[in-house]
Amino acid sequence: MSEVKKERILKISILRFDPTDPKDFPHIVTYEVEEADGMTLFIALNEIREHHDNSLMFDFVCRAGICGSCSMLVNGQPKLACRVLTSKLDANISLAPLPLFKLIRDLSIYTGEWMRGLSERVESWIHDKEEELAFDKLEQRMEPALADEIYELDRCVECGCCVAGCGTIQMKPNFLGAVGLNKVARYHLDPRDKRSDEEYYEIVGDEDGVFGCMTLLGCEDVCPKDLPLQSKIAYLRRMMIQTAAKN
Amino acid sequence: MREVKIDTTPARLDFIQSASGLILALFMWAHMFFVSTILLGKDVMYKVTIFFEGHYFFGESYPLIVTIVAGAIFAIFIAHAAVAMRKLPSNYKQYKILKNHIQSFKHGDTRLWFWQIFTGFAMFFLGSVHLYIIMTNSADIGPYASSDRIVSEWMWPLYILLLLAVELHGSIGLYRLALKWGWFEGTDAKKSRIKLRRMKYAITIFFLTLGFLTLAAYIKIGIEHKANAGERYHLETSVVEGVK
Repeated sequence: MSEVKKERILKISILRFDPTDPKDFPHIVTYEVEEADGMTLFIALNEIREHHDNSLMFDFVCRAGICGSCSMLVNGQPKLACRVLTSKLDANISLAPLPLFKLIRDLSIYTGEWMRGLSERVESWIHDKEEELAFDKLEQRMEPALADEIYELDRCVECGCCVAGCGTIQMKPNFLGAVGLNKVARYHLDPRDKRSDEEYYEIVGDEDGVFGCMTLLGCEDVCPKDLPLQSKIAYLRRMMIQTAAKN
Repeated sequence: MREVKIDTTPARLDFIQSASGLILALFMWAHMFFVSTILLGKDVMYKVTIFFEGHYFFGESYPLIVTIVAGAIFAIFIAHAAVAMRKLPSNYKQYKILKNHIQSFKHGDTRLWFWQIFTGFAMFFLGSVHLYIIMTNSADIGPYASSDRIVSEWMWPLYILLLLAVELHGSIGLYRLALKWGWFEGTDAKKSRIKLRRMKYAITIFFLTLGFLTLAAYIKIGIEHKANAGERYHLETSVVEGVK
């Protein structure tokens, strides 16, 4: 305990831009931060805001990998900043906002609008006309294994990492992406949802849906919640082929 | 619930892409084993050749069988190219986005896909040349005829490129096919993917090695046979026994 450990100086380069300022343009600003034990990017960014530049904008809520707000490109990889330990990175770190989503400013993006559009597009809620009216009726029972499987998919926090990690959606922005396909798989599995296979096919049975997926698996590899995206997209693909074969 | 009339074409196209790719990839494995019989000697390769010409069924050789099979493969090849083309970047903007994404993301399977596009595009031309020549010259397959084609008729540069393209494209394609449909997924998809990826690399290395050894063998025969190019191979032993 006698010797004081010399901490690294992190050079954090951040892609900054304020789209509401007509005079601003995208530029990179590098900040130097002394590393501390157990430092995450969340801590480092707060350090920058407190001591270097209070105009820097980024999103955080839970700082524990639960809310999905702090997704950004860390050295080109989509990650939740609160879960990235700086000790796992090189001293030169580059940060950029996730692509495709509406940029608010600097690292802050508006995923909510995009995700809401997605939910409306795939109608990610239980469809059951009869049950809607019978509020006093007990909910239909479900096998625990199936409930677990559905719950697993419900863990998605809509952080947008899978979207940023998907080559297909970068090229073809109309593609649903893993987050959308995951939602569809979740409701397709759910016996309480009474949508027919054909109705599901209408949502995902085209090249903006499951048949547009090229299985690059960026989504699977970057998902901070480790959702089984690869398996569920494969599941949907098999289901949709079966549906087409029936018709 | 309401009646829905769905358009099954996207599903069909996806199925055709996977099925045609699977057939072509498996055919290429078999094809590689057949052509590589030259490594076991000229006689073995010659026997394999006349086997596929129906010699052991009809008592004489019908190269027309090879023409028909090559034609069928050509048709599947064209079908696969037509449906797989949907996945290529369709303009410079998309291509640039993809390149940037690959460069900054540094993700193995995304990078592999770029190789698949690259090799697939190359095969539009390389594969067509090869298939057309085999279709129209199906009688000229054999230890000497094939070697002459490779050396004296200048097919070796094309075959080197085609071999690289086929083996990369085929093994990457099979790997992706398994993941796409959830084959061999087991209980742990992440573990099985690692296994599949290892297998993919092993298969690529195996077939590239076998392919280049085979090509070298034909080139060697072709160089030795250059002076007599056009002469056909015959099983010598049977002729000698017949005389006695």
